[in-house]
Amino acid sequence: MTGKEFSIGEDELQAFVDERLGGERRAAVEAHLAASPELAERVALERRQRAMLRSRLDAKFAEPIPARLRIASLRAARRTFWLRSGAGAAAAVALFVAGATAGWFANTIGPAPLAPPPTASVAQGAHAAYRTFVVEVAHPVEVGVQQEAHLLQWLSKRLGRKLAAPDLSPFGYRLMGGRLLPGGTGAAAQLMYDDASGKRLTIYVRAADGSETAFRFQKEGEASTFAWIDQGFGFAVTATATREELLPIAEAVYRGFEGKS
Amino acid sequence: MADAEALLEPLIPALRRYAYALVRDHDAADDLVQDTLERALSRWTLRRSDGDLRAWLFTIQRNLYISALRQGRRRGAHVEFEEATMPSSAAQQESGIEVQDILAALDQLPEEQKSLLLLVGVEDLSYDDAARVMGVPAGTVMSRLSRGRQRLRALLETGRTTFLRRVK
Repeated sequence: MTGKEFSIGEDELQAFVDERLGGERRAAVEAHLAASPELAERVALERRQRAMLRSRLDAKFAEPIPARLRIASLRAARRTFWLRSGAGAAAAVALFVAGATAGWFANTIGPAPLAPPPTASVAQGAHAAYRTFVVEVAHPVEVGVQQEAHLLQWLSKRLGRKLAAPDLSPFGYRLMGGRLLPGGTGAAAQLMYDDASGKRLTIYVRAADGSETAFRFQKEGEASTFAWIDQGFGFAVTATATREELLPIAEAVYRGFEGKS
Repeated sequence: MADAEALLEPLIPALRRYAYALVRDHDAADDLVQDTLERALSRWTLRRSDGDLRAWLFTIQRNLYISALRQGRRRGAHVEFEEATMPSSAAQQESGIEVQDILAALDQLPEEQKSLLLLVGVEDLSYDDAARVMGVPAGTVMSRLSRGRQRLRALLETGRTTFLRRVK
């Protein structure tokens, strides 16, 4: 090692591997390498690996952009973004990104990302409650159908809304009972039904802001949910069913509750 | 918002390339790119107008990837990544095997080194932009880059037995 060799540091070598040195500095590195065969071999290998990596990924870069990644289709899909089953996960990821990129955005921190529409959070709450209690064998409901009048009176009082149990017998479902749950900023009520085969369905109700009246469909795993907002309350019907099977039931529940507040 | 399409679309091939090198599965890679683009669209007005758009997108994509990786670890579900590291085509020519191995070797590096080798070596990000994407000082970028390349060399020099161990 001569004194001259010390002037070429590891950073220069990396920049040389990346072909980012020009003119004198590049010539200096080349001269340095010419005098150090071992180092020259190492650098040549790193350059070759860099080239291999690039050529290995060339084909991926050259692929046409799939339709689903076109900006126009993403924009169209954004309107139904929260319909997707991963709405909750997406929110979590969004929060993480917001935190992790805070440094990058340091001078651009603006308003918080858009909150999910109320129907999405109602559907989310309904789904979580469904998942928790539908598998419950010993205590699927807090108050059973034997005390239906008491159940509905109690839930109505806690919700601040008169609650009736829709008749779903045309669909083969009968009321099992219900329970009170925390929901949003207040209380939520869950009514549970089952059919002859033991398949369960829940109706979930809680106070919710928003004037959105359209049905929102969401599927998570096997469970499907239709949710909507009506006069300050969010409603959701959840069951292990297809969209087509669940829709007429949701419509019947909607008609059952409509205007009865 | 009108310019989003014109500015973003030319950068999609690079995002797909980086995503594929990270997750090694074509569909999962496009899922990651889709999440990245959706995120970019939702924060479009908040982006730095003086910053490099490409670096911003890579930042979002890497953060989403790391987040998914952590969630996967928490669940103990690593299957998709393990499977994704298997060479997709068994019939490779001699040079093809060597080239295939470079991605498998890359998979064995810590994520920070792997991402740097891709962002600098393949995507041609400047060292400063790479530092911003990774959220580390420029000096750290240089030392990680050096360590990553050293490690990659060692992996390829010790031969293919290293990779076979991964295939359970």
